[in-house]
Amino acid sequence: MLEFGIRIPRYWRGKPFRYRLEGFRCEECGEFHFSPRLVCRKCGGKRLRRDKLSERGRLICYTVVKSASPSFEAYTPYIVGLIQTEDGTMIVGQLTDCDPEELHEGMDVEATIRRLQTDGESRLIAYGYKFRPAIQRP
Amino acid sequence: MKKVLIAGYGLTKVEEHWDRSLENLMAESSLKALEYAGLSRVDAVYVANVYGEVLQEQAVLGSVLAEELGMSGVQAYRIEAGAASGIAAVKMAANAIQSGEANVVLVTGVEKLSDGTAEEHLALTAMEEREEYTGQMGVHQAASAALLYRLYLSRYGARQDGIAQFAVISHENAVGVSHAQYPFKVGLDTVMKSPYLSEPLHRLEATAVADGSAAIILCSEDFAAKLDPPKARLAACSLATDYVTPFDREDPLHFQALARATHSALEMAGVSREQIGFLELHDSFSIVAALSLESSGFFPRGKAGEAALAGKLSLNGELPINTFGGLKARGHPVGATAIYQLAEAYLQLTHQAGKNQLDNAKHAMVQSLAGLGCAAAVCILEEA
Ligand SMILES: [Zn+2]
Repeated sequence: MLEFGIRIPRYWRGKPFRYRLEGFRCEECGEFHFSPRLVCRKCGGKRLRRDKLSERGRLICYTVVKSASPSFEAYTPYIVGLIQTEDGTMIVGQLTDCDPEELHEGMDVEATIRRLQTDGESRLIAYGYKFRPAIQRP
Repeated sequence: MKKVLIAGYGLTKVEEHWDRSLENLMAESSLKALEYAGLSRVDAVYVANVYGEVLQEQAVLGSVLAEELGMSGVQAYRIEAGAASGIAAVKMAANAIQSGEANVVLVTGVEKLSDGTAEEHLALTAMEEREEYTGQMGVHQAASAALLYRLYLSRYGARQDGIAQFAVISHENAVGVSHAQYPFKVGLDTVMKSPYLSEPLHRLEATAVADGSAAIILCSEDFAAKLDPPKARLAACSLATDYVTPFDREDPLHFQALARATHSALEMAGVSREQIGFLELHDSFSIVAALSLESSGFFPRGKAGEAALAGKLSLNGELPINTFGGLKARGHPVGATAIYQLAEAYLQLTHQAGKNQLDNAKHAMVQSLAGLGCAAAVCILEEA
């Protein structure tokens, strides 16, 4: 069967969102898209500008992944959560720097950069955002 | 609109067919369907398959199947719409009949997942989501389903055993079904005590690696008159799409694509929900079965589990589901799954369902989803 793994040009294309939560927001209706779009999926508008999601948000719910695809199997068990960022966008991502017992629905979280996977063939290390419990600021 | 009829079916057993190839499985179900209908040729061939080019590194499945059947020359296509590929292929086939271009066609679904490992299987399911987003985050379909499950339990305050009961119903109905992958009962306690795949989703609330192929014969009314087997009418076939990632949708707990496809199928067939005698649901995960029943308007939101526990969805209940075991127990060979569902609905409506035969069912609804609802396809079958 065909090898699963990281294809370098595709990995590079995905960096803005994966590293910085940067995507494209519709100037007509405000809809956020994680990847470059020619047309807004919600209103059909064609004016989209580069925008960045807030790095802080609220944990809506989470689960612990016990078995994963070949690229992620070495990292199991890991936590995956649904997060609503401060600007209201829902995104999914892994949670890090904590045990599942420390998490609760509604808690504040913030994005950080971590290793996501190491490709078996190319040894390429893929980095990307993960969320961690927010450091409380005054 | 011109009538389209189902006039034959052929099934392989769903299991891990280590010794059989993808080609061989689809040839077997197709030949069984052709022989059942008393045919040696058709006007067109449609193959529903999702992972052939990844797992078997084989494309052109239309040409491959035509050759396997000694039918090379015939027009043949491979259709893909994730796990809804089967109904997508049926839709194309029905269009060919209704346009007058074809009188009789073969639709064959096939998948052979056992050529990959269980881990690779998880990677394959991520193909039905946005690979560049959730896939790169290590969020496969079971993880997304687990998040939906969590949201569901907390929003509606629903009991988890109600959702897990969907697995119990499917297994109950698979008992004695010769083509089913897991033809045995599994108790609610066993489901709830099985290990978590991804909490709160248990291992026994999900489907497993499966190989299988199912085929049906579709034909026009004129052509059907020349064929001996009993027929059922394909009264409607409808497909709709939605954003690929469920959490991007306005309400992740509402499969809008399924709501749309259901509405238009009912309208097309000219029937109401009350006339639907039984449902073949897409129970890829227990929670998906519950969300499907609610999204398609058969039960209020948050109430599907109560209906399951109350016995309303069992074979002797008011709205039986998954009468041969559904995806959970008959098995879920992805591209073939919806063709199994249609063949099973055909067996019910032509009174060939054996011990699982329902009385008085005149209409059946078959629902199929790609991924977690990025496409939904609905067929309504009716007694001919
Ligand atoms: Zn817009």
